[in-house]
Amino acid sequence: MKKKSYSQFAIGFKKLRKHKLAVFSFYLLLLLYASAVFAGFLAPYHYDNEKRSLSYNPPTKIHFLNEDGKFTKPYIYEMSYKFDEFYNRIYTEDKSQKYKLNFFIRGDKYSILGLINSDIHLFGVDPKARLYLLGADSRGRDLFSRIVYGGQISLSIGFVAVFISLIIGLFVGGISGYFKGKTDTILMRLCEIIMVIPGFYLMLSLRSIFSYSLNSLQIYFVIVCIMSFIGWPGVARIVRGMALSLREREFVLAARALGVSNLKIIARHIIPHTFSYIVVSVSLAIPGFILGESALSLLGLGIQDPYASWGNLLSESMAIAQIKFHPWILIPGFFIFITVMAFNLLGDGLRDAFDPKMNIE
Amino acid sequence: MATYIIRRLFFLIPLLIIMSFIGFLAINLAPGNYFDTLKQNPQISRETISEYEAKYHLDKDVFTQYFYWLVNVSKFDFGYSFAYKIPVIKILKLRLFNTFILSLSVILFTWLIAIPLGIYCAVNQHKFSDRFFSFLSFIGLSIPNFFFTLLLLYFASKTGILPSGGMHSLGYEDLSGFGKFIDLSKHLVIPTVVIGTSGIAGLQRLMRGNMLEVLRSQYVMAARAKGLSENRVIYVHALRNAINPMVTIFGGSLSGLLSGAALTEIICSWPGLGSLMLEAVRSQDLFLFAGDLLMTGFLLIIGYILADILLAWVDPRIQYQ
Repeated sequence: MKKKSYSQFAIGFKKLRKHKLAVFSFYLLLLLYASAVFAGFLAPYHYDNEKRSLSYNPPTKIHFLNEDGKFTKPYIYEMSYKFDEFYNRIYTEDKSQKYKLNFFIRGDKYSILGLINSDIHLFGVDPKARLYLLGADSRGRDLFSRIVYGGQISLSIGFVAVFISLIIGLFVGGISGYFKGKTDTILMRLCEIIMVIPGFYLMLSLRSIFSYSLNSLQIYFVIVCIMSFIGWPGVARIVRGMALSLREREFVLAARALGVSNLKIIARHIIPHTFSYIVVSVSLAIPGFILGESALSLLGLGIQDPYASWGNLLSESMAIAQIKFHPWILIPGFFIFITVMAFNLLGDGLRDAFDPKMNIE
Repeated sequence: MATYIIRRLFFLIPLLIIMSFIGFLAINLAPGNYFDTLKQNPQISRETISEYEAKYHLDKDVFTQYFYWLVNVSKFDFGYSFAYKIPVIKILKLRLFNTFILSLSVILFTWLIAIPLGIYCAVNQHKFSDRFFSFLSFIGLSIPNFFFTLLLLYFASKTGILPSGGMHSLGYEDLSGFGKFIDLSKHLVIPTVVIGTSGIAGLQRLMRGNMLEVLRSQYVMAARAKGLSENRVIYVHALRNAINPMVTIFGGSLSGLLSGAALTEIICSWPGLGSLMLEAVRSQDLFLFAGDLLMTGFLLIIGYILADILLAWVDPRIQYQ
């Protein structure tokens, strides 16, 4: 009887499915990324839709019961405020009129990936009242909308940066391990130097090279470049180690005997063997990049207002007095935390499933 | 041993040079410099500015600038801070000391908790407590430092138990010696806990792994067969071998420690090298920038050498010849 054979990846995924937490994290990340892509539809407001009179409006209460205590369609009240003796705004519900929570309601215009242009939002309320699911920021913008939009930057930057540092790392590591000798020594010393400098200091030094008055797209690319520069040596060192052992294998010898060029051997025979390592390292490296972006934006050196990223949303909480009175401005941090944790759990699961060590030996 | 350390120093000095040179390079590549700000200040004459430029060779190329700076540094002259208007060395001394205190407190906190926790988890493998602490470690590893700092600062400002940022309270100067110590310790709690937790998580996992490996080895079985008490087996026979790989990690973990400390320093407004770096970057203060990087490199090197000495101490098999 013939047994059905599985590819290496199929075996890996079978093992991965047993890791409940890793699978859960995978779906969670899928959800987060999907919400970033469909941010315009999901968010009730545009990220820059402000109402300064409702500065730091607390999270809106959604009522499910009417006055008689019976279930009705969910509704909210408009908020009004008074100043207390310290000139803090005290918000109260204005119970004169109810505003129903509507689904598929028209609102701010948006576009999804530049393909779909629309103004229909998943949910929202009549424009006379405002819905603040997670509260408002200092300029009365909806924090929930800004978080959803912020995901576009915070979540994508990790992927782009990891992709670039992988390409550089694979290339340098492959060359270094394959050629050995002087090339190897020089390239690896370079990696060690970059790795030994504390990342935060290196990040600030690199950031200082670029002007502070760039537009947001330019800053996005600057951050990607900085993150990739800090990230590639880690990849290169491990790929080098794998290349050192792979170059002695028969199939590489055979390729060389057939007269295949060195670069082609690296690209066709060595790098593909490091793929299982790459799958694992990508999921473990992305959190670092997300944190790097958040840190830069938090310090005001990254993404600038009015654009939102989870880091710059959190920058309002740098003034401790603000958190004390408006604790909801800490919420973007939970999103960073959850994303980082999900990537770590997924990476752990992947590492168990596609153990890269098994591949070399 | 002494010759080994000297040789190691020769190997590490290039790191210092490269790190401080990065400072010069970054400032020179950056658009504009601190003099642009000075030039807009009507109170400062053009002559003063060109005098500064000539004195520090700032009108020359980056290599010349760097060379003259290095010569001065060897005479303990780190240049002049244009933003603070005092010699850089005065600022650096204080900041280096502050970051040193913070790092020391983090290292003590991390290792004194992580090592016993790792041992405990290894001995109680697969029990509830092991899984509980592993879970906690995982949270500690995943929670972003800056977010954790903000959460703790929020907690501190709500309850008033701990000071919310800074290094000293008002009226610190009037306190007695012991009072000063208590005040400083209180301010150290939040940054130490934040920077420490991420370190504890990693170290605890490693220690647990090492310990489990050692506990499976034959000499531990032999020790048990001899009838030694379980405590003696664990703490005398197994521990010494399990802790060796940890000491090698010590040197390598310092770079990450300083990096994590920098951001936490900024958020906690702890006046250390990390928060100084941000100020230097923002004001494009060349000598402050380079001096800060040099001092950070200096802390790293001290750490590496300490790690080497420590390794020789715990593992007598190592001989530095």
